Amino acid sequence: MKHSWTLTKVRVRMALRSRPFIFFSMVMPLGFLVGYNVIFGRGVPEAVPFLLGAVLALTVMGSFWGLSMQLVQYREAGILRRFRIAPVDAGALLGSSLLANYFLVLPTVVVEFLISRWIFGMHDWGNILQVFAMVSIGAATFSSFGLIVASVTNTMQETQVINNVIWSIFLFVSGATIPLGVLPHWLQRVSLFLPATYLVGGLQGAMLGRATWNEIGGDVIALAVGLGVAFGISRALFRWEPESRISARSKAWILAAMVPFLLLGVWENLYGTRLIHLRENFQSLGERGDAPEAPDAPDPTK
Amino acid sequence: MPQPIIQAENLVKNYDDVRALRGVSFEVAEGEVFGLLGPNGAGKTTTVEILEGLRSPDSGSARVAGLDPEKSGMAFKEKIGAVLQATALPEKLKVIEALELFSRFYSRRANPEALLKRFQLEEKRNAFYSTLSGGQKQRLALALALVNDPMVLFLDEPTAGLDPQVRREIYDIVEELRREKKTILLTTHYIEEAERLCDRVAIIDSGQVIAIGTPRELKQTSAGTTRVSVRLANPAANGSLRLLEGVTDVRELDGAYVLHSTQPPRTIVALVKQLEAESNQLESLEITSPSLEDVFIELTGRRLRD
Repeated sequence: MKHSWTLTKVRVRMALRSRPFIFFSMVMPLGFLVGYNVIFGRGVPEAVPFLLGAVLALTVMGSFWGLSMQLVQYREAGILRRFRIAPVDAGALLGSSLLANYFLVLPTVVVEFLISRWIFGMHDWGNILQVFAMVSIGAATFSSFGLIVASVTNTMQETQVINNVIWSIFLFVSGATIPLGVLPHWLQRVSLFLPATYLVGGLQGAMLGRATWNEIGGDVIALAVGLGVAFGISRALFRWEPESRISARSKAWILAAMVPFLLLGVWENLYGTRLIHLRENFQSLGERGDAPEAPDAPDPTK
Repeated sequence: MPQPIIQAENLVKNYDDVRALRGVSFEVAEGEVFGLLGPNGAGKTTTVEILEGLRSPDSGSARVAGLDPEKSGMAFKEKIGAVLQATALPEKLKVIEALELFSRFYSRRANPEALLKRFQLEEKRNAFYSTLSGGQKQRLALALALVNDPMVLFLDEPTAGLDPQVRREIYDIVEELRREKKTILLTTHYIEEAERLCDRVAIIDSGQVIAIGTPRELKQTSAGTTRVSVRLANPAANGSLRLLEGVTDVRELDGAYVLHSTQPPRTIVALVKQLEAESNQLESLEITSPSLEDVFIELTGRRLRD
């Protein structure tokens, strides 16, 4: 733990010196916030919490991309092997990835809140404790997805391809960019198998003040289980050396990190009411402002 | 020999079809600078990485500072320092941060500020790693290898790819460590480096140790002779050079004849007389003491960098 903390402090400092990091992790989410409010919110303050929920989710999810690329680059450049010769274990190194990412995400989240309140006229702060819980667990979980991608890929190119596929799915089928309410019914059902859906839904619910602690608790538990599984797998598959390759069969471990969400998705599709709540969140946007009307969501009990 | 601090016993390592090590054995005493000299691909790095605990041998055993490198985990890492052959640091890490970061990993720590001074990196203390020159990066690598004041220091090709001036700077640092009686295992394919820095040298080729001893011992076992290297206008008559006074061996290398002689002056006089008799001419003549390169050529029939 001590080594993790030492590494965390240095990694935060290094990230803040990196222009690509500043752009992709800090400037771009703020760009999303402004764009969403200008294009979709149309200056209606009541729409801001719903849109902020989506932007917060994007901010939190984005960490998986940067971390996976960084870890693979460190391995390819021989940086990891320098750490390997020192008394540092893989757990400390991976743990510092999660911690550093968390401390780097928080300031952006705060700035997004302040802009929403002071510039776009958001009336209240939502349920701030619920937001904090979702941001915290979300940042850790999606970072650990980044670590697992780094663990099952051999080159930067491969990492980029996998990241693009995962990122596109998270982006377009979770409600983070396109509200779930406007997606086809079958795609809404598919979205229930994605961790991103629980993050987006939880954050929007918390921002709108519509989520109960039971609902947020369910999201937190699902993400926490995903975090535990992904971190455990990425630690088990961790490789220090550039020449140590992972077999095609071992890459299937990436699916293991999705098992908690596959189970949750099955349960939600059969018995859950999450789609109804997500639809209600989206409809509240229509009630509060002049956002597009949401189509009927499928009856999750059918 | 005092109690060995490094022991490699019959190390064997294969990479698929490639036999990287075929039974490498040697011992290094405490306070000794020991060199592994050999061409690229000889098995030097594999040997060192087994001793550093970075690779597992297929068979054989290794012990460093009384510990099994592969099984002793953090306790082992606390005792060693290493300059690895292919390694780097994050681009945006500053020099002083690197030293402070790595020193915090160890229970026994050298003062980062003192290391900065010792390795002449004070001016670069706040420079990013990416802005350092090759020589500065290597000096930093050496400083990092000493952050825990290690019992054993591994230097894997510490001067490879560096220009001659920087190489000499690194030699000075290693010589200073040698004076401090630090145990060092150094790999190199530079003859000069092995001769200048090492108390003892193991010559390694194709995964095997083919000779071991002090540089002086190795050179003496190499027939203990002086090399008289001559270039002639016409090829010498078959076997005639071998019959010259004092000559123990003759080799043809890169178009020159290398005469191994126990009595160089007499050999040269005899050579000149013979050339006159054969109406041949001497184009060049060079007299050299035997080097480790000669030892390597004698043992393998190849130059070190072939």
